[in-house]
Amino acid sequence: MVDARKTLAQLSDRIAYLGDIKQDPGWKGLSELSQRLQEIKEAFYDIPEPKLVKELERIEDRLRFLEDRAAEHITPMERVNIVRSIYRFTLIDILENVYDSYTELGGEGECNVDPAVVVARAVISRRVKNKVYTHQVMVIGHEKGRGEEFRNGGSAKPWGNEKALRYMKVAETEGIPIHFYIFTPGAYPIEDFPGAAQQIARNLYVMARLKVPMISFISEGGSGGAEAIGLSDLRLMASHGYYSVISPEGAAAIEGKIREGKSVPRELITLCAEQLSMTAMDNLRLGTIDRIVQEPPLGARRDDYPFFKRLCYEMIRATDEVVLKTKGFRAFRAYVLMRQKEEGKGVSDEFDALIKWNLTGAEKERLLELRSQKYRQMGLGFFKERRPLIPAISMAKKAISRGYYELRYGMLKHHKRNVKKLLEDVSSEGSAMLKTFTEPVLSAYDFVFPEPKRPRRLERADQPVERSIFIQEWEPYISPLSNEDRTVSCPNASKYGCIDLWVPDLYGEFAGVCPSCGHHFPLEYQWYMNNLFDRGSVHEFNQHIASTNPLKFKGFDARLKAAVKKTKKYSAMVTFDAQVFGIKVVVAMLIGSFRSGTVGAAEGEKFVRACDRAKMTRRPLLSYVHTTGGIRIHEGTLGVVQMPKCTVAVREYIDSGGLYIVVYDNNSYAGPVASFLGCSPYQFAIRSSRIGFAGPRVIRETTGQHVPPDYHSAKNALKRGHIQGIWDRRMLKKNLFEALLSMGGPKLYYR
Amino acid sequence: MIDVNLNALLREYRSNPYEEYRVETPHTGIISFKVRAGEEVKGPSGQWMERPGSMLFTLEREKNLKEIRAEQDGKISYLREELEGSFVEAREHVVTIRHRLDKEEIINKILKRVLAVFPAPETARYYLAPELEALREQKKEISVKPGDEILVMSLMKRDTSIRYDGPPGIAYRVYFHSGDMVLQGEPLIGVARAEDMDLIQKIIQRIRSEWED
Repeated sequence: MVDARKTLAQLSDRIAYLGDIKQDPGWKGLSELSQRLQEIKEAFYDIPEPKLVKELERIEDRLRFLEDRAAEHITPMERVNIVRSIYRFTLIDILENVYDSYTELGGEGECNVDPAVVVARAVISRRVKNKVYTHQVMVIGHEKGRGEEFRNGGSAKPWGNEKALRYMKVAETEGIPIHFYIFTPGAYPIEDFPGAAQQIARNLYVMARLKVPMISFISEGGSGGAEAIGLSDLRLMASHGYYSVISPEGAAAIEGKIREGKSVPRELITLCAEQLSMTAMDNLRLGTIDRIVQEPPLGARRDDYPFFKRLCYEMIRATDEVVLKTKGFRAFRAYVLMRQKEEGKGVSDEFDALIKWNLTGAEKERLLELRSQKYRQMGLGFFKERRPLIPAISMAKKAISRGYYELRYGMLKHHKRNVKKLLEDVSSEGSAMLKTFTEPVLSAYDFVFPEPKRPRRLERADQPVERSIFIQEWEPYISPLSNEDRTVSCPNASKYGCIDLWVPDLYGEFAGVCPSCGHHFPLEYQWYMNNLFDRGSVHEFNQHIASTNPLKFKGFDARLKAAVKKTKKYSAMVTFDAQVFGIKVVVAMLIGSFRSGTVGAAEGEKFVRACDRAKMTRRPLLSYVHTTGGIRIHEGTLGVVQMPKCTVAVREYIDSGGLYIVVYDNNSYAGPVASFLGCSPYQFAIRSSRIGFAGPRVIRETTGQHVPPDYHSAKNALKRGHIQGIWDRRMLKKNLFEALLSMGGPKLYYR
Repeated sequence: MIDVNLNALLREYRSNPYEEYRVETPHTGIISFKVRAGEEVKGPSGQWMERPGSMLFTLEREKNLKEIRAEQDGKISYLREELEGSFVEAREHVVTIRHRLDKEEIINKILKRVLAVFPAPETARYYLAPELEALREQKKEISVKPGDEILVMSLMKRDTSIRYDGPPGIAYRVYFHSGDMVLQGEPLIGVARAEDMDLIQKIIQRIRSEWED
């Protein structure tokens, strides 16, 4: 009877699970089966045992048939339902079944910094030649819980991600690998310190150069929330998981332009789920993950022990692979060959060899190099690029300029600095006699290698020293918005009593700023290109890298064409060389007029190349964000991976000594702020701009909380410590010049 | 003890539980009404009054279409429909909203009659004295007596302390937020004598139980 009761409970769970997947409790007679089970449950002790067993077998046969039918073709939306089901395994199940033992860090259960993020120091073991060997690892992941409200369904709050970062650094100190488990529908979108976007950006920035092997396993990869612990050396994904830029419901609401509070048609949600290419196979094809971990036909549940065995095997195998790659090609190749023979076979109980997971200094450097290569490769081939007419000339040009800058700022500078330092040391410590010898040598050296003239503080390159920088005449570029004979009202008129403004005055003399309250009206990006930089100094590069429609999103080609026609640009990222009062800078500008400044593969690649150019030419890098609406949903995870990709490039640029400044204008939200923009140590905002992770509607819909109208204002971002200052548009050039001098140091380039 | 005939007051408000809000044109322009006489309109709503009220009319001047919205809930009791599409002068009375008073508004109105109201001496920005502001934040009782510096008046970049000169008692109502611009003669605080507190509580309770919104 006990077995029968157990079978009854299991059947009941299986029926509910199938109903969850199909989002229809009555799918192909499921409700009848469920009803029959209920009847059996109620009359359990009245039915004779043989009859009971027979009846349960009949129900099980029918259920197995339905499960087989359901497993024949699983739609992307059904995969989303599998992942969201309460029967699916969670991180705690993994910790219990994949690892030998674990100790939770930074809290336990409800008593936690953030119960949605679980960090544990765990032990994983492998058997080699009948002997068990253990490895210490740091496990970091999202815990969806089993319906507990405090888990927030795995939505990490900013302090949860901060906890994850803290223990990543602990793992680095201890030199142990990190296993990440991603089970999140997205980050909890609140701006309270440390801020959702800013903390994800900080995590990515640190992970880009974390000197330990990192493996991630994705079950539910919800955009930015997933990336907060997703930048790893090898990315595994559950065969029934999803990894997406946005939830299908969110995408449907945007695509269908559904008003808040209105229901989104189910067909549209299903269509979006299909178009977003969110399944494991899609992601493997797009190159955003490395390997798929096979699950049972309808997805793994909490008690699928063979799956946990496979997951344990795959995690060890993946960590081995990452470690071996750092140890040189020969060892790795041998390992791969050995593994290839085993592909397609079941999970082996024994491993052939014991591989130690600690790395030496050179191996750590190789690990970082491989990580950089891996993320730089992502998204390549998913944008259009005009090939040079003669590739050899283009390559030669690149090589020459690289050689020139290397010679100028690398070898010669290094050599010169060393010689000069030696001579200065000798002269300072030596006697007057020595000075008589060294002085002519120094003069001769200065004559041969003259010091390039750099503008000093409060000195403009194009004007004599005695003139103030504040008397620069206004550049004659006037916004075309001013060509209208009408007045507009300031949005703060009721609060501050601002008078109506005549448009030619507002967009001409006032530079789009209300003279009464200082409200900044939006201006087109060309205004900044012409007024922020020295006249004639803007030289665009990589302008022919074009956004495409890599996922063949329905209707997006036409919208992309319209954006190109409207803006005469091929992507939302404009990169150029420019000068600010004589200081040469490399600029990456996200423009709002091209698809709301959203970032896709083309934009990411252009940004990475701008970083590399700034690194090569030893120039400061300025990111001016005219507007960004986040990651372009039509490019799916190809857009999401631009977050780690661009952050890796920025980190390498900063580590090489670069000065990276970000200036936000208008609206800056989501992915870019949560990665390559938010990771800058110097972020500023133009007045009246808004900065955040998710807009008020998304916050309302996901958290149920209402936020005040000024929640994302630059002033509040400053109060929260997300930005370092608010600049007036009319003083932007001067402020930027000051920032370049004060943060860039005398050489305008660190170290 | 305060002398108040609550029954008479309530009868007065029951006979006409409305307040009329005159809406005037803020400046000249061509007017276009978006409501009709008798229509219900809504005032600003939301926790931070972030959702604007119903649009009453638009006023176009220099091709600038300005939307004028209702500041109160109510019914349009007066509408200058004959002005539709024509040029109007500034400060022209064009709409009246008849607003039905709710329980809290009635309480406030009656309390203004019952309490000793300390009005704003000048049109200026007012701040509660720091020690009183601290008490207010802690939701503690604020006692005042004549001669106490209770307010700071900020006018023309000068801060002047205002001394209280009414009867001693407890500041039962503070009618402004620190930093608000208050017109001359508008109430700033309402003070109740300590011995009147029970009576005031009774008045409030009675209105809460008897008044039907």
